[in-house]
Amino acid sequence: MQMNATPLYKRRKRTNLVGLSLSMTAMVLGLVALLWILFVLFSNGLAALELSLFTQDTPAPGSEGGGLRNAIVGSLMIVGLAVLVSTPIGILAGVYLTEYGDTSKTAEFTRFVTDIMLSAPSVVLGLFVYAIAVATVGNFSGYAGSLALSLIAIPVVMRTTENMLRLVPGSLREAAFALGAPRWKVATLVTLRAAKSGVITGLLLAVARISGETAPLLFTALNNQFFSTNMGAPMANLPVVIFQFAMSPYDNWIDLAWGGALLITLAVLALNILARVFFREKVRA
Amino acid sequence: MNATARAQAPFPTADAPQKNALEVRNLNFFYGKFQGLKGVNLNIEERKVTAFIGPSGCGKSTLLRTLNRMYSLYPGQRAEGEINFYGQNILDPKQDLNLLRARIGMVFQKPTPFPMTIYDNIAFGVKLYENLNKGDMDERVEWALTKAALWNEVKDKLGQNGMSLSGGQQQRLCIARSVAVKPSVLLLDEPTSALDPISTGKVEELVHELKSDYTIAIVTHNMQQAARCSDYTAYMYLGELIEFGATEQIFFKPKRTETEDYITGRFG
Repeated sequence: MQMNATPLYKRRKRTNLVGLSLSMTAMVLGLVALLWILFVLFSNGLAALELSLFTQDTPAPGSEGGGLRNAIVGSLMIVGLAVLVSTPIGILAGVYLTEYGDTSKTAEFTRFVTDIMLSAPSVVLGLFVYAIAVATVGNFSGYAGSLALSLIAIPVVMRTTENMLRLVPGSLREAAFALGAPRWKVATLVTLRAAKSGVITGLLLAVARISGETAPLLFTALNNQFFSTNMGAPMANLPVVIFQFAMSPYDNWIDLAWGGALLITLAVLALNILARVFFREKVRA
Repeated sequence: MNATARAQAPFPTADAPQKNALEVRNLNFFYGKFQGLKGVNLNIEERKVTAFIGPSGCGKSTLLRTLNRMYSLYPGQRAEGEINFYGQNILDPKQDLNLLRARIGMVFQKPTPFPMTIYDNIAFGVKLYENLNKGDMDERVEWALTKAALWNEVKDKLGQNGMSLSGGQQQRLCIARSVAVKPSVLLLDEPTSALDPISTGKVEELVHELKSDYTIAIVTHNMQQAARCSDYTAYMYLGELIEFGATEQIFFKPKRTETEDYITGRFG
């Protein structure tokens, strides 16, 4: 049998090469963009990563030094409360959508609304919370900030929970029903447990998402120059501090802004890596 | 059947006249518009093994799944007719499905261990309807695993995840799980088709042992298995019950030519 390269074969080889080159170029472009961002972040922000970042509060305009302690604590509290609120709501709603509602009108409508909220601009959500929780009460607050972040996180958690639950094979549910288990026990003790790692991954990704949201916090938690743990009043938080400091004329403010940006990036990176490692381990087991 | 009636229902002795655990009368079943079962009538005698055989799509699994109302999980499926479980019509819309399924258990084709420890897998069903202290629960778990011929293999690793067992062991775990709640009837839907020959042999031995205490209905596409394991056999084709009788009679002297054709492999 002869092995000479026919024109058809040559053409196919050429097409393959073109396709492969195009995809590799696209990948390289994406990778370059990511690496460039990380490089700029690290080169500008690394200098600010010292102990004073975590022990000192944001400096007054014009004064020297300073840190981001109040902003870090504030972010942790606001994001923490938002996670505490959105986790049970999001997971239970996801359980409802898969195990109870399924194709009912209520479930379809809920999914529709969730999809809209998933793509709603965060600034709109921030303005909404401003109207109902800030203007009505008369002051900005950490609680309003958590509320706004929850409105962003809940649809994300709902959707990932629903998707992960749908991956659980129906045969597992049937086996539980066949023992006479009521639906709520099948949903929580069997199905949710089987989807546990996926649901937790979804949670971690939702946390990563809301950690960096700035627009909603601009209208709700605003900012606080001093250290405060009172969530009923304006609270310092990293995204708004970065926003305020980055465009200022003070050098130490700009350095702190870079430091804050690097901190958020590292936190998001850590959460993503954690989510992957966690999910992969569970899948292997 | 409420919980008190269930606890008090006397379990007949071997001397009592043979009773039917389940009596199917004029059963029609629909998947949406498609009719899966047509006018099925048969009796399932208690503490005997009844096998359902027939080519793919003949309705044997459908029939099995009506016996514990498993189809009620899916809105498009419905059944008409009567199925009397010790005199009570389980197709009644007022029938409590969870209580029913605690009395009529089912083992599926694909082994489905729950994502928990082996101990918890067995305890799951028991905890639903009985309040046992730790000692009693330990006993029940051991009893169920022994019944399923799995105890010796797992007694040192009850704390391990159920999914870490081999396929054959997982299926025996599922059988132990169903047996642990002490149902009256066990429905087995092609329980060995996903298993290797050794495991299949073990499960068939199990069926033989279990039938002294439980009524068993088994769906199988393996005719030799039906001939080996069952007391009664039902041959089905295209949703109809073609012939039903003692296994020996069905396999050696079938009354209908359709049955004979299937048994001898002329088609199917």
